Amino acid sequence: MAELIRVGMADYKVGRSPATIISYGLGSCIGISLYDPQTKVGGLLHIMLPDSTQARPSDNPAKFADTGLPLMLKDVLALGAVKSRLVAKMAGGAQMFAFANATDIMRVGARNAEAAKKMLQQLGIKVIAEDTGGTYGRTVSINLETGMYKVKTIDKGEKEI
Amino acid sequence: MSDEIKLSPAQLDALREIGNIGAGNSATALSQIINRRIDMNVPRVSMVPLDQVPDLVGGPDAIVVGIFLRVYGKAPGNILFLLPQKSAFYLVDTLMGKKHGETEKLDYMDESALMEIGNILSGAYLNAFYTFTQISMLPSIPALAMDMAGAILNVVLVQLGQMGDQALVMETEFLAEDDGINGHFFLVPDPGSLETLIKAVGVE
Repeated sequence: MAELIRVGMADYKVGRSPATIISYGLGSCIGISLYDPQTKVGGLLHIMLPDSTQARPSDNPAKFADTGLPLMLKDVLALGAVKSRLVAKMAGGAQMFAFANATDIMRVGARNAEAAKKMLQQLGIKVIAEDTGGTYGRTVSINLETGMYKVKTIDKGEKEI
Repeated sequence: MSDEIKLSPAQLDALREIGNIGAGNSATALSQIINRRIDMNVPRVSMVPLDQVPDLVGGPDAIVVGIFLRVYGKAPGNILFLLPQKSAFYLVDTLMGKKHGETEKLDYMDESALMEIGNILSGAYLNAFYTFTQISMLPSIPALAMDMAGAILNVVLVQLGQMGDQALVMETEFLAEDDGINGHFFLVPDPGSLETLIKAVGVE
């Protein structure tokens, strides 16, 4: 059995094949994976919020898209990944409760997705697959042997992106 | 560095007592609606690291029904009533006069009934809060979702996440006498509301 590495909310983990990195029950949060198909090294980041500059300073940079991604990138490279080969996939960013007057907080899922894409672009990493939005939770995992990113839901089935 | 508000043991105790009365009110209301005895545990009032909150209800991927209400007033916050899927179905059976085990998914009427329960519990809870603190708080219209616990809790945690890495969680577990129903009632004050609440409690 290959190792299963669990990532909690506002955290990230990196590893190498044949491990799988998994994060359970994402709502408006987003799971962003980085993967180098040649060295089979990668990581999974579970962000809660888009932008650290709009929040009170935190001890935990992995909570935000803008500070979490550079951090995970550093660790993935330290494990032997090569930046030019890295590809990103992401899923999550749902809006769990539909309210007529959706505030910014309610829309945080969509803002998370935008922020993650912007940061990845700044870092020069291509997003090759994405499954964001909707009104349902997701459990996501990246298989570091194959690079497949699996998205599980309760009644919208399971898919690989 | 984040500057979290630190609560003294006496302050936590005072909040626990209010939570106890609020939850007692809610349990009585629920008990009257479904005509069964409802037990509750001593409310948990604690500062919890955000990432550990989903573990309180069986882990982030446990399937739950969540009824969410925004709280308005001088100490705004969020209320979340979480029921494991099985409990929610059992509660619907009871409310709708169906045989137990009959509900296998929620239709519009079922959801509406559960939301009404959320409404009544919240009203009872906040009423007790008012009696104790003179802080008046009003719940919004409820919203409902059935999904993974982590995903549903996201909604409340995100807001807190902007302000710090810990949440003041006031949580009570309800249990029906025949074990068919258990639910978790959360009141999570907005970070800015903590000070208001502590002042009203009047404990150092």
